[in-house]
Amino acid sequence: MSNPRLTRIIATDCGSTTTKAILIEYVDGEYRQTVRGEAPTTVEAPLNDVTRGVINSVQELEELARLKYNNPNIKFISDDKESQIIIPRNGDIGADAYVSTSSAGGGLQMMVTGVVASMTGESAERAALGAGAIVMDVIASNDKRMNHEKIERIRELRPDMILMAGGIDGGTTKHVVEMAELIGAADPKPRLGSEYKLPIIYAGNVNATEEINKTLGDKVGLIMTDNLRPTLERENLGPARDKIHDIFMEHVMQQAPGYNKLMEWTRAIAKVGDNIQTIPIMPTPAAVGNIMQTIAKLGNIEVVGVDIGGATTDIFSVFTEDFVFNRTVSANLGMSYSISNVLFEAKLDKILRWVPFEINESELRNMIKNKMIRPTTIPALLEELVLEQAIAKEALRLAFVQHKSFAVSLKGVQQVRDISTAFDQQTSGNTIVNLMTLDLIVGSGGVLSHAPRRQQSVMMIIDAFLPEGVTRLAVDSIFMMPHLGVLAEINPDAATEVFNKDCMIVLGTCVAPVGKTKQDSIALHAQIELPDGSTYKEDIPFGEMRLIPCELGKTAKAILRPGKGLDLGAGKNQEITKELSGGIVGIVLDTRGRQPFVLPEANETRIKSLKKWMKVLNVYPEEILK
Amino acid sequence: MTQAYSAGLTVTDNIVLRKERILPLKGKVCVQKGDKVKADDLVAETSLPGNVLPMNIANKLGITPAQVMQFIKVKPGDQITRGQILAETNGIFGLGFFKSSVRAPIDGEVESISGLTGQAMLREPRIPVQIKAFIEGLVIDVIPEEGVVIENKSAYIQGIFGICGETSGEIKMLCSQPTQDLTPDLITSDCAGKLVVGGALTPIETILKAKEMGVNGIITGGIDDQDIKKLLGKDIGVAITGHENMGITILVTEGFGPIKMADKTFELLKQFEGQKASMHGKTQIRAGVIRPEIIIPLEFKEDDLAVQKTRDSLLTPGQLVRIIRQPGFGKIGKITGLPEELHNVQSETRVRVLTAEVDGEEWLLPRANVELIED
Repeated sequence: MSNPRLTRIIATDCGSTTTKAILIEYVDGEYRQTVRGEAPTTVEAPLNDVTRGVINSVQELEELARLKYNNPNIKFISDDKESQIIIPRNGDIGADAYVSTSSAGGGLQMMVTGVVASMTGESAERAALGAGAIVMDVIASNDKRMNHEKIERIRELRPDMILMAGGIDGGTTKHVVEMAELIGAADPKPRLGSEYKLPIIYAGNVNATEEINKTLGDKVGLIMTDNLRPTLERENLGPARDKIHDIFMEHVMQQAPGYNKLMEWTRAIAKVGDNIQTIPIMPTPAAVGNIMQTIAKLGNIEVVGVDIGGATTDIFSVFTEDFVFNRTVSANLGMSYSISNVLFEAKLDKILRWVPFEINESELRNMIKNKMIRPTTIPALLEELVLEQAIAKEALRLAFVQHKSFAVSLKGVQQVRDISTAFDQQTSGNTIVNLMTLDLIVGSGGVLSHAPRRQQSVMMIIDAFLPEGVTRLAVDSIFMMPHLGVLAEINPDAATEVFNKDCMIVLGTCVAPVGKTKQDSIALHAQIELPDGSTYKEDIPFGEMRLIPCELGKTAKAILRPGKGLDLGAGKNQEITKELSGGIVGIVLDTRGRQPFVLPEANETRIKSLKKWMKVLNVYPEEILK
Repeated sequence: MTQAYSAGLTVTDNIVLRKERILPLKGKVCVQKGDKVKADDLVAETSLPGNVLPMNIANKLGITPAQVMQFIKVKPGDQITRGQILAETNGIFGLGFFKSSVRAPIDGEVESISGLTGQAMLREPRIPVQIKAFIEGLVIDVIPEEGVVIENKSAYIQGIFGICGETSGEIKMLCSQPTQDLTPDLITSDCAGKLVVGGALTPIETILKAKEMGVNGIITGGIDDQDIKKLLGKDIGVAITGHENMGITILVTEGFGPIKMADKTFELLKQFEGQKASMHGKTQIRAGVIRPEIIIPLEFKEDDLAVQKTRDSLLTPGQLVRIIRQPGFGKIGKITGLPEELHNVQSETRVRVLTAEVDGEEWLLPRANVELIED
């Protein structure tokens, strides 16, 4: 990368509670994240101006950079009244780019409509989620609610915008116009500011455009774009996603306090010439999706990313040779505000199955509720940490179940079958999430990124996602993915380089044969040449876990043969030879079975097994595993 | 660093309180700036647009949507009464035999009629909404067409969690100690219309009896998670409450499980026994936090109503804190030190800590696990 144009980049992510700033610099021939700062977000009263938090966090960045380089002349913020970030860089002063993402003030909240829930409804939901929105509801002509119930629902929701889909081009217009009538009757109001009309993006049957305009044109801010499902066989989400981003900038952001100013600040020097170009602010989840896709494409790999927060769990995935991207938000699965809902959704026995000791149920329930009402507390006792991590496993598992059922091939597509596939019962709408071909799982969010032992993050990821075959595991060090996602818009190479070197902490690799075999049978014949020249060799029985230390940045050459009837990706009983990545934790060999993965039913045996596995992986201190 | 931020719940015998009472839609404000209002006084009212009833005329008449315009008897904007004919076919051969008709199922107004879908939208009459003062006090500001700002001087207690909306009544102490559970036998007929105060735990049997006896509100240190589930018929997944319609408001001062009510809260309520108070159970624990409140209005002169400056919730040595997570959940401590460096706690989590004197011993506590007792 000779003579890069961007040598110093400032990126911020304005979250609902904290504004996080990072500095990325081109030093010694590579892009690295060098300094980070943070400050409380100031979008709410009393300051009501998001730029205050931005300035505070960038000021911290400036101070830390001065300390790091022992150079008091470093300066990022101009002295004038309307202090803003200096672009372009001139020696110690300023930066070449300032980019930002935002999820402050509740992020982007949308409602989507379609005609058939599993077809245009789902496509519209995919478009909104992909654009970084929280989808408050999907209303479809066939969603079994009565029309008056739909009207009531539309009325009570106060989204930032609505995305309307419905009908393939040239198909019937009646249903989509009927939906427009319901929306018109509900007369929905935007969440922020009552002074402007609610934006509605119409991305349905092109033939209904005129009628839609007639029905809604006077009542709402109607924007027309290309049909997101022009034919049953094809989704065309790009134009709708672009419109969502435009409206997010033009309407939603304009209403949020201070964003007018911030939108003028986010700039970078152009690719050629001396011009300065404006860089749009991205919704945080859209930016995370962006970096995921960039990583997948540049590395030619399949990726799953998860961000487990206090209120929601976002899952991102990129699968198949076409790099199909999917994002889901499990709005009520989280570790603090929504922790009680995890108990409600998962049920107590599912949480307790991960706990290696007996516990009073009533105490556990009250503990969960107390965490919900005091969300910022942390587990000081070891027992409470184990319980929170058990809850995290279930939150992640449930969010992943939702993701798998959403990340599917298009439904409603007619399939041409020849004689060779005539007996294949597969229909359209199957999940495209294939754990066997998955290369990498990246976890982020407090419970994964800040677990006291990295082994705990490994155990949570493995138990929740149940990776199959050979899968690399990593966590995001300081939740830098949003920053890198928006940076990828202007410089994908810099974003990827920083992602690999500073953002992602590789934990190691998990090897898990798929299938069930008898308890005492051998499930995995492993021969692993480690970087120090030694060889690890073992025939591992079913129902075991092993941890083989292998340093971060090193790889081990493995010859792995699954036990009888089991599969490691090359087919049943087929041996594979693979380079396994080391990491902070190492290589985990997991022969507890997949499809199905079953924990012992009897309490005593289950606790004994859990303790055995947790000891092997050194997940918790000995005292709790005695 | 000798200071750290840690917001706590306010419990005080004297505060200048300011409450906005705003309509959900623009409407009429019924009081003027300078008026003194009681808790039950009406301060603003409006009417919300009525519910919409969609009706597919074409389907009901068995005609095509395009034919609807031919047979419709009303037009958008028309007032309708229940039973009125909205559309009618001409009958066989247009002679009036075997006519089919569609009648209005509600009183209201025709909002729209579509020739493409055959659908008519009928709107019910507007729904009146009234906003009461909720607290006794002085109207210090009127926001035209939207509502008012009321100020008073009060004794004031913030709870941690509650259910059900606004209510008021006289405060009645039923427990002699903050450690005592509020058992059903303590609820008697003279509790009707009152806000009753318990100690550590209020079980479901007591709540049901209180409801039966016509108690307006219960104030308790703790409540069991399963009892809330039984009362509401569902579990609370996310803490957004206050909209329940159970007929009795519950305010929890400490948390879930049997937890002694903080002495300061208990003593304050005891001090105002017999006085009228307002309370609500509204709780929202996300951006824009709302906690349930008990407001006991005090006598005041207009000059008294200078709102105190909001203080930063800073932890400093010497202050009292409440421990809000195990170990020691519910205990009160006095801060003795705020060490700068991070410490490992038992769970091996590396955190910012403070030292505090708790029950005569020095404890090391994560700063995240305490809250300031504010007054």
